[in-house]
Amino acid sequence: MIDLTTIWALIIAFAVLMYVVMDGFDLGIGILFPWFDEGAERDQAMNAIAPVWDGNETWLVLGGGGLLAAFPLAYAIILPATYPLITAMMLGLVFRGVAFEFRWRDPRHRAFWDMAFFAGSLVAALAQGVTLGALLQGIHVEGRAYAGGWLDWLSPYSLLTGAGVVAGYALLGACWLAIKVEGSAEDKAFRFAKLAAFGTLALMAAVSLATPFLAHQYFQRWFTEPMIFWLAPVPLVTAAFAVALLRALHKRQPVRPFLYALGLFLLGMIGLGVSMWPWVVPQSISIWDAAAPERSQVFMLIGVGLIMPLILGYTGWAYWVFRGKVGTHGYH
Amino acid sequence: MFAGLDPQGTALVLARMQFAFTVSFHFIFPAFSIGLASYLAVLEALWLKTGKELYLDLFRYWLKIFSVAFAMGVVSGLVMSYQFGTNWSVFSDKVGGVIGPLMAYEVLTAFFLEAGFLGVMLFGMNRVGRRLHFGATLMVAVGTFISAFWILSVNSWMQTPTGFEMSPDGRFLPGSSWAAIIFNPSFPYRLVHTVIAAYLTTAFVVGAVGAWHLLKDRANLHARKMFSMAMWMAALVAPVQIFVGDAHGLNTLEHQPAKVMAMEGHYQSHPDGAPLYLFGIPDDKNQRLDYAIAIPKASSLILKHDLNAPLAGLDTVAPDKRPPVWIVFWSFRIMVGLGFLMLGLGLWSLIARMRKRLYDWPMLHRLALLMGPSGFVAVIAGWVTTEVGRQPYTVYGLLTTADSVSPIAAPAVAASLAAFVVVYFAVFGIGTWYILHLMKDAPHPHEPALEEEERAPIRSAGITPAQHMDAQADGAAS
Ligand code: HDD
Ligand code: HEM
Ligand code: HEM
Repeated sequence: MIDLTTIWALIIAFAVLMYVVMDGFDLGIGILFPWFDEGAERDQAMNAIAPVWDGNETWLVLGGGGLLAAFPLAYAIILPATYPLITAMMLGLVFRGVAFEFRWRDPRHRAFWDMAFFAGSLVAALAQGVTLGALLQGIHVEGRAYAGGWLDWLSPYSLLTGAGVVAGYALLGACWLAIKVEGSAEDKAFRFAKLAAFGTLALMAAVSLATPFLAHQYFQRWFTEPMIFWLAPVPLVTAAFAVALLRALHKRQPVRPFLYALGLFLLGMIGLGVSMWPWVVPQSISIWDAAAPERSQVFMLIGVGLIMPLILGYTGWAYWVFRGKVGTHGYH
Repeated sequence: MFAGLDPQGTALVLARMQFAFTVSFHFIFPAFSIGLASYLAVLEALWLKTGKELYLDLFRYWLKIFSVAFAMGVVSGLVMSYQFGTNWSVFSDKVGGVIGPLMAYEVLTAFFLEAGFLGVMLFGMNRVGRRLHFGATLMVAVGTFISAFWILSVNSWMQTPTGFEMSPDGRFLPGSSWAAIIFNPSFPYRLVHTVIAAYLTTAFVVGAVGAWHLLKDRANLHARKMFSMAMWMAALVAPVQIFVGDAHGLNTLEHQPAKVMAMEGHYQSHPDGAPLYLFGIPDDKNQRLDYAIAIPKASSLILKHDLNAPLAGLDTVAPDKRPPVWIVFWSFRIMVGLGFLMLGLGLWSLIARMRKRLYDWPMLHRLALLMGPSGFVAVIAGWVTTEVGRQPYTVYGLLTTADSVSPIAAPAVAASLAAFVVVYFAVFGIGTWYILHLMKDAPHPHEPALEEEERAPIRSAGITPAQHMDAQADGAAS
């Protein structure tokens, strides 16, 4: 039975996925930034995202705001449990967000703002990945509140997921650049994409192997009959995408690598959904425990139904306006 | 206030300081960009209508400043939206069902709108044509207003909660009508007062920049135009703001009388006409106002329109339900004082206009320059009045601040507060310096567009690397 709460879980998952791929590629460009040469390469890389980064980041606000609105209890437990991570992520995003403007305003300190752009992007990506791991490994809840310490999130597993997200974002960023930039920057984009692809695949495999052993539920979910038959395609399709991605990169096809990388993220998300369902805070708070009152869910559903198509429409338009290569022309 | 606190109390104080610090910083930018977005829309409309290059030059001049201010508004706002969870998790759990949807609507109807059209507004003039570009500017301006609408509805609901039900376990649930929640009793007043405040804030910044360049060169046509526009705003809108503020105060008296008592410094009840204290030093411990300078019965006249109307004082409020008077009393006076100063400058500009001396009256320009930051100060003072005056509650009368805070250990809150303070002062300080730097250059004919600036060698994306893009769409992110 699909009830309102399930619909809301899907909407939040959709917002998170949108965030991860959209801000993913622009955080990824930040992560790769220092390896592009000052001047034309970096300027192109920056310009590939300057008109759209704000919109990309808005999905993060929707993720947070949506969680508060649809699953207030989850919001109230997860954020205190990952307090230092959230703080670090916010500060990272502050630095990288202002770097977009500041590097042009102040050529003498451009090198500094470029580093801020890199470090802010890296910290934000890492914090998001570690948060994911912290969530999967479980959060200590008593009553309606977080009851652990402020460093409970730190574990080898959460660091592993952190590294995985950093590599994955770098992959998305490099693939995006392969579409948008030209010349030496384009060559680099393909090179970095290949490296990041290997890193991402290796870390994805490691996380996938480690997760079932974190908790009995994950193991059961994936490795007992009949689920194992239903779920067997997930890793198989993932492997197929991985091969296609590497081949497309090898042939230097422009758009395909990005699409395959998106496919990998989508599959990762599905895998995550399989492991977590129906918990928002694994093993302690289910989506129904955390759900907002029905009236809140209905009220927001109307808004999402009416407005989301519009948002997708004009966001698509904005991308369309700035389509094509950034171009290296235009030096004065 | 800080003395003798248990560890949980320390975490509470730190969390409050963190919220106050980050939201005050955040609000500085929207206060400016709400007004500036509308100003830019007006400038572009005037350009489209009259075809005068002057308006396009001014548009481009202010657009550069807008892009820096807006980026700072966005990143500081992002921090706010997660802070309810990190520091006020119990509040989020209890109130999320009511205010969460309003904030989600803010994201859906405002933030996406702003963000979606911002790129086109900043860099897209030569890619989409003038009319569509004006459409994008309008959307950004409308987005800033919608954003204010929702977030102020949330804040107002916390001040004057209506339209909800309580669950058995103490959570707030929406009642049958969302309109009753959104349009709660203090919301219309707060919305009008705050949006006008943003317009005034921008007007005084624009006026100060105009005045600065007039002081250096009276003949600068661009400086004249912006100074004149800003002074019209001051002359016409400042009196409206005073009127609205008065109405807002009466509404507050009805719903949050203790806040007004603190604003007025009324520790004691006055059964036969309360005095208006112009000055005084509040002493919360002994519950009295020292060195008071008062106009007899004037407070009753303002608040009740009757010289002899009785007014209750804080002595009628339980001691643990009294807001801290010192802060509220003074922040309110700062705001009101600045409001009257703004009115004064507006009137002076009218006189100058009548005498045809608007552009060559250095004293006027000096005062306008001095008043440049006055909007920011008034806005922050106003918020401090509002927020501190509602203590000790987050949801007025129903949920106390102490019961709202997250179960987080004080060291974690202290560390993050310290990090925010350092980073905000450094990053936003530098950003403000860049803005001042941009303002220092006089606006001039053929103001370069963002995408053409020398400092920004290449500009975003082109469908082709075509030649004709060179002069147009290939600049860079300002
Ligand atoms: C959406 C709600 C909301 C909005 C729009 C604002 N606040 Fe607020 N404010 C709160 C919600 C809140 C709160 C969560 O309810 C706090 C935290 C603790 C408290 O008592 O109220 C608070 C506290 C708080 C305090 C500390 C009061 C005290 O501890 O004595 C200050 C100084 C401000 N705020 C200032 C502001 C400013 C300058 C704002 C302008 C942008 C503002 N607030 C907007
Ligand atoms: C606790 C309260 C607040 C929260 C949680 C909050 C949240 C946010 C967030 C997340 C953003 C960034 C949006 C983006 O990504 O584009 C933002 C920007 C903005 N906020 Fe706030 N905000 C608060 C208070 C206010 C208030 C009181 C106002 C106005 C009255 C306001 C007006 C704006 C505007 C106009 C923007 C657009 C950016 C800018 O103009 O600088 N906000 N806010
Ligand atoms: C002299 C005239 C003014 C009066 C009588 C006045 C009155 C008030 C009152 C009574 C409040 C508190 C409302 C409450 O929460 O209970 C308030 C809040 C506020 N004031 Fe004013 N005000 C005046 C001028 C200004 C000016 C000039 C500005 C800014 C340019 C400003 C900005 C604000 C802001 C931002 C708030 C907080 C939001 C709100 O509650 O509306 N005020 N004002």
